[in-house]
Amino acid sequence: MITLTVNGVPHTLDIDPSTPLLYALRNQLQLNGAKYGCGLGQCGSCTVIVGDQPVFSCLLPVAAVGERPVRTIESLGTQENPGPLQRAFIDQQSAQCGYCIAGMVMRAQALLERVPSPSDEEIRAHMQPNLCRCGTHMRIIAAVREAGRAGAVTGTGTGTGTAAAAAGASS
Amino acid sequence: MRGKAIPVAALLVVVLLGIAAFAQTRQPAVPALASAAAPSGDPALIEHGAQLAAVGDCMVCHTAQGGQPFAGGRPLATPFGTLFTTNITPDPATGIGLWSLEAFSRAMRKGVSRDGHLLYPAFPYPHFTRMSDGDIAAVYAYIMSRTPVSATAPSNRLTFPLNFRPLVAGWNLLFLHEGQVADDASESADWNRGRYLVNGLGHCAACHTPMNALGAERSGQQFAGGLVEGWEAPPLTKLLQAPTPWTLDQLVSYLSVGLATQHGAAAGPMLPVAHSLADASQADVKAMATYLMSLQVPAGSPANPAANSAATTAAMSSATSDAASPQTVVAQSPTLKNGELLFRAACASCHGAGSPMSTLAERPSLSQSTAVNADSPRNTVRMMLDGIGWQGDGPAHYMPSFATMFSDAQIADIANYTRAQYSTRAPWNSLDESAVAKLRKETSQP
Repeated sequence: MITLTVNGVPHTLDIDPSTPLLYALRNQLQLNGAKYGCGLGQCGSCTVIVGDQPVFSCLLPVAAVGERPVRTIESLGTQENPGPLQRAFIDQQSAQCGYCIAGMVMRAQALLERVPSPSDEEIRAHMQPNLCRCGTHMRIIAAVREAGRAGAVTGTGTGTGTAAAAAGASS
Repeated sequence: MRGKAIPVAALLVVVLLGIAAFAQTRQPAVPALASAAAPSGDPALIEHGAQLAAVGDCMVCHTAQGGQPFAGGRPLATPFGTLFTTNITPDPATGIGLWSLEAFSRAMRKGVSRDGHLLYPAFPYPHFTRMSDGDIAAVYAYIMSRTPVSATAPSNRLTFPLNFRPLVAGWNLLFLHEGQVADDASESADWNRGRYLVNGLGHCAACHTPMNALGAERSGQQFAGGLVEGWEAPPLTKLLQAPTPWTLDQLVSYLSVGLATQHGAAAGPMLPVAHSLADASQADVKAMATYLMSLQVPAGSPANPAANSAATTAAMSSATSDAASPQTVVAQSPTLKNGELLFRAACASCHGAGSPMSTLAERPSLSQSTAVNADSPRNTVRMMLDGIGWQGDGPAHYMPSFATMFSDAQIADIANYTRAQYSTRAPWNSLDESAVAKLRKETSQP
């Protein structure tokens, strides 16, 4: 049995320990924000926050998550009441097809929790692992910049674990 | 790192030599040009210089991350502190725009700046000193044709007393052997050209030879392998001992596109070297590979071509069967079992049997990997921690970094499993959580 704490709620799942976290989120927990893109860690559409780090959930086996809390885009807000970063993405009309956006938002969220008002250079460097096939990168950067300027995103305090906290899943 | 404890005696030797060599601690200035050097009007000379500068890898060190080409400012972490590379664009005020060819040649040959101060040997003048006048003039013409950039490098951060430049005079007495080396008439033209480039402009030994306590290449151990920016620069004398012995063609491919289909992709500090060599003359790259292939010491077995080709066939067929039906794992210990579990989820989509990367993209099985078969686990761990970043528009060798996804213990488990599963060599007994923690702290950034 695997225990995962996702968006503050603990779940005990009877799944193969080598199941990628993304599959558990989508199939077992019906959290369908994070998307399957390439399955190779090349595109970033599966990005969620584990501990305080943005990770490719398609490559992270559930057994390796350990004690680290998992956060998905569903933790940031709802359609009726979007969170500040989601609001900025809407204001800037950053989505075209939208497939990459949940991953983009979660990667940006991790940056803003660490660096509340990042420079464009910091945003570009941090967002580099995530790809957008529609080419809306400029609007995505604008949204992250806007959220940063507004100072609307701060650390949540739930993201305390680093990779070291995953030790429980190790030998 | 190994340079931390410099033996006191060795330090004393340098100090004494430094004092003895005090007369040479500063050389006379070469007069500055009245105005910035006029670019050469000879496009062929500039083009030749560009290809040579690619062999010399000048731009890689003399460009800061995100900075202008050749404008310097890249930090070089050495065991003695951090050096910042200088601006070598033809900017008169902050670059080398007022340097004559004479001043440039002296820097390349003797490690002396135009104004007479001694350069640190992180600038590989002990190798560049082997260059011909013609080649130095071509590189000069190319550099002087670049766009001037106004940029001043940050001050070096070296530990006392090494921040005292005149000590370099003592170092030079010991380790700088000036001048060119005559061709060996018994060898081919390619071999001679290769030796000239490998030992001179290419300065391969600067990374691939172990350093002594004074930061010079250890004599008698040329190409025995070194450490650079947290990576192992593998020995260049054991290419025939790889699971599939290297061939000239594979080495040419590795050097010029950063990928050898029987061995793997260039990573870490070697990747920019391969990118740079892509712009070199391909005849020169082939010559370098020819010379490097002549340095091989076959272990145990006779090194005749027949034996090599038999070994190649055997290794290739084992590689093929590997891809088709991987050996069932040895994984009995908890470490290996956990490593296998993590590998299945995190690594197998690219490195597993039948993955698109191996079946369509001609990437070799991990059983062929230099890192997985190395004496030390360093580069396998380094690959998992650092990955290979996107290379702009260049040919994509990409691997995500797993540094934030996995703990030190998890990285150790995956590496140990990979070794057990894919290499026929003995396990890395020393590889555990604390060993990974140590490697994690060693990075290219100071």
